[in-house]
Formats: sequence, structure tokens, C-alpha cells
Amino acid sequence: MSTALGWLAVAGLAAGLGMGFGVAPREVTQGSVQRIMYLHVPAVWVAYLAFTAGLVASIVYLARRRPAADRLAHAACEVGTIFLGVNIATGAIWGKPTWGTWWTWDARLTSVAVVFVMFIAYLLLRQAIEDRERAARYAAVLGIVAALNIPLVHFSVYWWRTLHQPPSLLKPGSSTMPPVILAALLVNFAALALLGAYFIARRTRVLAAEEEALA
Amino acid sequence: MAWKDLLVERRSKETLNALLFFSLALLFVFQFALGPDRERLGAVLPGLLWLGFMLSGVLGLGRAFLVERENDCWEGLLLTPGDKSAIYLGKLAGSLALMLVVEALVLALFVVFFNVDLGPALPGLALVIVLGTIGVAAVGTLFAAMTAQVRARELLFPVLLLPVLVPVLLGTVKVTEALLLREPLADVAHWLKLLVAADVVYLAIGLLTFDVILEG
Amino acid sequence: MVAAVSLIRVAGLARVFGAQRVLDGVDLDVAAGEAVALLGANGAGKTTLLKIVATLLRPSRGSATVAGHDCVREAEAVRSVLGVVAHGAHVYEDLTARENLAFWARLAGRPADRDTLVGALADVDLERHADARVRTFSAGMKRRVALARLALAQPRVLLLDEPFAGLDQRGRKWLEGRLEAFKAGGGALLMVTHSFGRELGIADRIAILADGRVALDTPRAGLAPDDVQRLYLAHTEDVS
Repeated sequence: MSTALGWLAVAGLAAGLGMGFGVAPREVTQGSVQRIMYLHVPAVWVAYLAFTAGLVASIVYLARRRPAADRLAHAACEVGTIFLGVNIATGAIWGKPTWGTWWTWDARLTSVAVVFVMFIAYLLLRQAIEDRERAARYAAVLGIVAALNIPLVHFSVYWWRTLHQPPSLLKPGSSTMPPVILAALLVNFAALALLGAYFIARRTRVLAAEEEALA
Repeated sequence: MAWKDLLVERRSKETLNALLFFSLALLFVFQFALGPDRERLGAVLPGLLWLGFMLSGVLGLGRAFLVERENDCWEGLLLTPGDKSAIYLGKLAGSLALMLVVEALVLALFVVFFNVDLGPALPGLALVIVLGTIGVAAVGTLFAAMTAQVRARELLFPVLLLPVLVPVLLGTVKVTEALLLREPLADVAHWLKLLVAADVVYLAIGLLTFDVILEG
Repeated sequence: MVAAVSLIRVAGLARVFGAQRVLDGVDLDVAAGEAVALLGANGAGKTTLLKIVATLLRPSRGSATVAGHDCVREAEAVRSVLGVVAHGAHVYEDLTARENLAFWARLAGRPADRDTLVGALADVDLERHADARVRTFSAGMKRRVALARLALAQPRVLLLDEPFAGLDQRGRKWLEGRLEAFKAGGGALLMVTHSFGRELGIADRIAILADGRVALDTPRAGLAPDDVQRLYLAHTEDVS
């Protein structure tokens, strides 16, 4: 299964790169650097998708206590965190030439950073507890708290940066995007999602093997 | 449970004293770090206030199960038959009471030292302080139980708690800011709704999952 | 003797800590009205076994049942009939004896009125100290508070981890008496101990834990302390 996913991911990535560099129009003011957006934006979507998967897996684990659910939650949150890292890094790389700074406290970057730290803490918690079963239980609870907190973080940071009026939509702005760019974003999103799924599948395999070795 | 914690606290006064002196120390540090510039002070006051509340909250909640650890009663809690959410609520109530007392005192000190005029803002301020503290305590008690038996607990607990509490921090600071600037509460209604939503979510998760934490 | 109901049943129990196999197939039964003393070298897994039966740890393999309830799947049911006396006395130092009892009783949803509490304290000879803070108590007195707390809960099964440690002569006699009364009332008792002497007096059987298994399970009657020590050394020396 994961091999098939792997090949699909490669194909998807190829398509994504093609879209990003070939088909999509060159941005006027920023130049080619702007193309990094095709990695930056889908990365965070995939990350949130992964955390949602982690949320579901955590709930399933608490309800059914299936070790497979715990492994999935663990892998999903790890991969999600990695993709957030990619988002932050690409954001910095994009930001330096474009805005002259590695980092700004704008709404999106900040909320991603907060979620990133939350899930780093998740991974740290897993590390800190030696008893596997207890680690699984506690991590599941934390995973649920962290995942449910994501929208709260998102809204609070966004409102914080846009003064007094509450926004009417989730994240206004993308409605005036030319269809080509949207298509490129979606293709890359699909590609990264496949890549993410591939990583998660591999990671759960590794986690299962680790447990076997210990038993 | 809350009654027990409050009794222990009243007798030993450890945590209360520690938190009070910590807040006092923070106050002094703020004053020195910011200098005598009145304008600047006024602008950052809500942030400072809540920074103080948060830090002392983290400190206080980190010790939430200390009395159990010190007296070797953690196992006793684990072995209690029946619904563990009573333990969660009890601990929560105890921590909440403690934090509110400290916050009230710190607020009073702020008013005195930084010469703030609270006036009509007081009821709104009381509301937001209660809402914010409930959120902090709800998550904090849950996380405190999770890290109670972990070796690196003093480090891990704040790392776990603070990012999760970012929405609460932002919400409370914004509302406090508005209140101190005498703006109508309706302007910040969305923040209040966020705080209430956060409180509900955190309490619900705490009540539903505390059993799981205390399984062993 | 009539075949008694088995209140503690351990079958094929195994527990692994990381790479270390602490328990490796333990079988043990304790019937109602019976007391079993568990002996073994340090690190042999006695406390681990006790913790698993107490629902504080999950086994890696095998099962443990208390009064017919599985320790993992029906942990709450087990906890409601279980009494545990461990090293820590589970008492809050800053509270008085009476307050401690009240807290634990209320937490377990049991009656905590004045008369019940004082009665429990009187049973352990502490009613004069009911309103003194536990911090001022001696080890033996703290142990007695713990036992009073247990008595209020009326457990059917007792798990003890070196219950006589730190008690003086008088305290030991008193504890023996209570444990005998408990057995007579149909309770089952599993006791971890390091001593071969008088403390084994209340045990009906002795089980020696070595290499993660029960190396020996034999009735105690007729065994002198020397015999016990001999058996112990015989079964625990061989750790090859």
C-alpha cells in the first residue's frame, strides 16, 4: 500500500512542480520566488489535514484502545508537524527577499507558529513518558486538545491582527484568485497530501516494527 | 476535593505565598524594565497584567498535584473507585479559587503601583478575569495531572500549557484593553464569545478525559 | 476444608518494562479467608505483581482477576472491593486524622458522618488524636490512619506491601490481630514481605517469586523461619 502511495506521491509532486514552475504565471513584482507559495500554502493545508486525522485517531484510540489507532495518531501528528515546519521555513525563505525580513507577526504565520509549538509539545510529551500504554493515552488526550484548539488559535490570532471588526469569513482573500493559480495550488495540495499520506503510512509501519522489537 | 485542597492550602499557605511573592517580583520587574514612561505603560498594561496572571497561573497549576505527590497520595487517587471527574472538578475549583484570590490582589497592586483608574470598568474586568482564569485552570488541571508523574515535569508543563492558552491570552488582553480604554463591551463581544467557547471546550475535554488520565 | 472461593486469580501474567522481562508467566491464587505471603529478591517483581493486581499497571500478557472482575477491563469494579496498604500511607500531612478519613470516604462516595469516622479511629486506637495533624504522627500511627481509612471502605481483598515495616512490637501485634480478623471475615490477603520471621505468622501460604515466575508455592504451616529462609535461598540463588 505504501509503495503505491509512494509512487503516486512522486507522480503528484512531478505534476505539482510542473504546475508551479511551468504553467502558473510569473508574478510581476516578486519574481520566481513567489512560486514557493505553491509549496508554502498547500503544506499548511496538508498539515491541518494530518492533525484532523490525528484527532480522529486519538478519539478512536481512547474509545477502542487499539494500538493501531495510537500509531496512526502519532504518525499523523508527526507528519503534520513536519509539514508545518516546511510551511514556516518556506514562509521565511519567501519573506526575506519579498518583505525584507525572515519573520513577521502576521496572522497566518503566527497562528501556524503557535500550532507548531503545540504539536512539538505533543511529541515531547510522548518522549517523556516511558510506559507505552500511558504515553498513548496521554498523547491521545493532548492530541484532542491541540487539534480542537487549532480553530481557536486561528480565530484569535486573526482577530488580533485585524483590529476591531470581526471577520465575516474563515480567511477572506482567496476569492479573487485567477483559476490557473488556484489549479496549481490544488494540484500541489493533492501532491503534498499524497506525500503526507505516504509518510504517515511508512511511519506507522516503523512504529509497529519498533513495538514488535520490544515485545 | 476542593475543600480538602483549600484546607491544606490554608494550613500550609505555601502556594499562596509563593504566588503572591512571585507576582510582586514580576510587578517590580515590569516597572524597572519599562521605566517611568507613563504613555508606554498605559499601552502595555493589559498585556502586562495578563502576563502576570498567566505566569503565576502556570506556576500555581504546575503545583496542582504537588500535595498528592508529596504525601504519596497519587496512588490513592488512582485507586478511588467511581467517577474521576469529581476529582477533576474539585482540583479545578481549588486551583480556581486560589488563582482568583491572587489575581484580585495583583490587580489591586497594579492599581496602586501604576495608578490606574478602574472605575466603571470593574464589573467587566471581573467578568473577563473569571472567564480567562476558568480557561487556564481547566486546561492546566488536566495537563498538571498528565505531567504529575513525568520526570521533566517542571519544564514540560509550561511548554504544554502556554501554546494551548494563546487564544485565551489574546482574548483576555483584548477585552481588558477595551475595558481600560472605556470602550463599550459590545465592541469586543466576539472576543468574549471566543473565551466562553474556549472555556466550554476545555472543560468538556477535561471532564470527559480525566478518567483516562487517572487510569494509571 | 471446603474449597473456598478464589478472590485473587493470577494466570500466566507477564510484564515487560522496555527490554526487561520482569514477570514471565506468574500463576497464583488466593482464596477467601486466606493470606499468601509473597517473597522474593529485590527486583524479582513482587511490587510489580502487586501493582498489576491493584489495577495500577497493565500486564503485557496474561490476566489478573479480583473477585471475578478482570483487573484491566473492569478496573473500577476491582477498585471498589480492593484495599491497598503500600509504603506511602496515602495520608495528607497537613490535615488531621479525622479530616483525612472524611476526605477519602467522601471521595469514594461512602458515608463520612462524624460517628462513622470517630468509630473507625477508635477501632485503630486513635480517637484521642482525631484532631491532631497527621504530620505529628509516628510511622505506626500513620499506618493506623491508613488502615482506618481502609476499614471504612470495607474491602474484600487486601494487598499489602511490607505492612509491618516501621512498626514497633505493639504495632505489629495489633496489625496481626486486625489481619486475622479480616481473614476470618472472609477476606483474601496478598502480602509482599522481606522478612522470614514473625510477620509470616498470618500467612497461610508462601509463594517465592524468582525469574519472573512463582518458583515455590507452599503452605506455611509447619515451617520454621529457618526453613523458610532455606527455601528462599534455594530458589533465589539460582539466577543463571
